[in-house]
Amino acid sequence: MADEPLVLGIETSCDETGVGIVRGTTLLADAVASSVNDHARFGGVVPEIASRAHLEAMVPTIQRALDTAGVKASDLDGIAVTAGPGLAGALLVGVSAAKAYAWALDKPLYGVNHLASHICVDQLEHGRLPSPTMALLVSGGHSSLLLSEDITSDVRPLGATIDDAAGEAFDKVARVLGLGFPGGPVVDRTAREGDPKAIAFPRGLSGRNDPAYDFSFSGLKTAVARWVEAKRRAGEGVPIADVAASFQEAVTDVLTRKAVKACKDNGVDHLMIGGGVAANSRLREMAQQRCDRAGIRLRVPRPGLCTDNGAMVAALGAEMVWRDRAPSAFDLSADSSLPVTEVHVPAVGLGHEDVHGQAYDALGGGA
Amino acid sequence: MLLLAFDTATPAVTAAVHDGTAVLAEAHQVDARRHGELLLPAIDRVLRTAGVDKHRLTGIAVGVGPGPYTGLRVGLVTAAALGHALGLPVHGVCTLDAIAFQARTEVEGLSGEPFTVATDARRKEVYWASYDAEGRRTEGPGVDRPAELSPQHRSVGAGALLYPDAFPGAHGPEHVSAGALAGFAAAELAAGRELLPNVPLYLRRPDAQVPAGYKAVLPA
Ligand SMILES: [Zn+2]
Repeated sequence: MADEPLVLGIETSCDETGVGIVRGTTLLADAVASSVNDHARFGGVVPEIASRAHLEAMVPTIQRALDTAGVKASDLDGIAVTAGPGLAGALLVGVSAAKAYAWALDKPLYGVNHLASHICVDQLEHGRLPSPTMALLVSGGHSSLLLSEDITSDVRPLGATIDDAAGEAFDKVARVLGLGFPGGPVVDRTAREGDPKAIAFPRGLSGRNDPAYDFSFSGLKTAVARWVEAKRRAGEGVPIADVAASFQEAVTDVLTRKAVKACKDNGVDHLMIGGGVAANSRLREMAQQRCDRAGIRLRVPRPGLCTDNGAMVAALGAEMVWRDRAPSAFDLSADSSLPVTEVHVPAVGLGHEDVHGQAYDALGGGA
Repeated sequence: MLLLAFDTATPAVTAAVHDGTAVLAEAHQVDARRHGELLLPAIDRVLRTAGVDKHRLTGIAVGVGPGPYTGLRVGLVTAAALGHALGLPVHGVCTLDAIAFQARTEVEGLSGEPFTVATDARRKEVYWASYDAEGRRTEGPGVDRPAELSPQHRSVGAGALLYPDAFPGAHGPEHVSAGALAGFAAAELAAGRELLPNVPLYLRRPDAQVPAGYKAVLPA
């Protein structure tokens, strides 16, 4: 097998049908078909609509990725797919497709973890991840601090949100302010015109006795809603840009402070930020300032690679091939609650014990 | 003709290889919650049992429902991906037509009589279609409450067996068999008739509601 394995990755855990192709750590194609517009009027992703869209988009998106990469399916060294976590019915479309392609083309199949893929995608921009790497993953589905000792086998959860994900808070605040869905990009844009210090919104779980690496955004979201409501009731105008900027400041303050602390506490000098919220301009700016001050090297992929995509799955799949990890079997399940410690899902009897041993260690030593 | 056939529109995960005249191999497991895990291994098994190399296949026949959506999509996306990767045409078959084809050969006295096929659509409804004495579909496919239907005097399928008040004289087969589906497809193709596109027969609009406690709102 080449040092630079050619791998196709399929991602269908939410509302994006993503197909990426990489050669080693080089991105060749990143095709995405999104059903986000079909969900907008419901204010959130409707699982059945997402699953229907994945089925329709699958083959055309695969073909588009192959055309863009200029490679033949028969040249691939492996097929990777998000096995979880995510929406069960949506994952199942991608997993079933990946099995069919792997079987028809006689290629190894790698069922991989969505969260680990969000970390590994940075290899396509900034080269191989150092060991260890601290990762802050922030999106509508997750807000986690993860310590990655080895991206193919050992990812340890240090902390996570205890209520809403960061991206969820952006959506809810956008709704309160009447800015539409999804909330992330529009709050970011609106906040540029506002004063981040105008309103002192609460920083969740930031007390001395609070868990150092966990997050909470539910109280912040409620505080914003109450503040806006009080203004409206008093018949005063709502300074939308100031509210957006102050809310965004509270979120990014907590995220970056905890991430930098996790790096320092664990002696890790690299921080990577991934997930859809990593596209937020204020988060990127504040993380850069704080990392510079702490002597930590910050790695953030460009916004297009932070949101869900197939390239991130291909990136982790290529790493699996390169590191000679055991492939998955054709009875691979889509697992909506796959724990992050299961970086990939090898066939039983092929390195399965190794992976579980490491996962067990990670649980004992990390959380 | 060498057809690979499978169906995931009923609780059965079923796959078969058919040479245009007869079924060469068939696999059949009933597990309504494990279509995703069971289908590809079943496909691999029937080809090995039949001694057929996948590159010698001439087409794929897949049940396009109606049936519960999550399982149904496993079959359709598998057919689409296999067709794409192997360069094969994919022929869609209404799952109820395949059950009807099987029933006419298996159920005593059914051939020459009109009958109704019904499968379980959950939510107290059935997917159904009616057939004339020659086995041609005359009504459906539809999805309805059993009490609202006026089925033929004879009926087959798990949906008919589940609601005996609405379907007196109900018989097996309960679920579809890929062997029958392949036989139906082979006969239609041999007669020069077009089969269906590889598109699901959902029959219902999606439940357009964001579930309570839903997490992944922002894409990422
Ligand atoms: Zn994600």
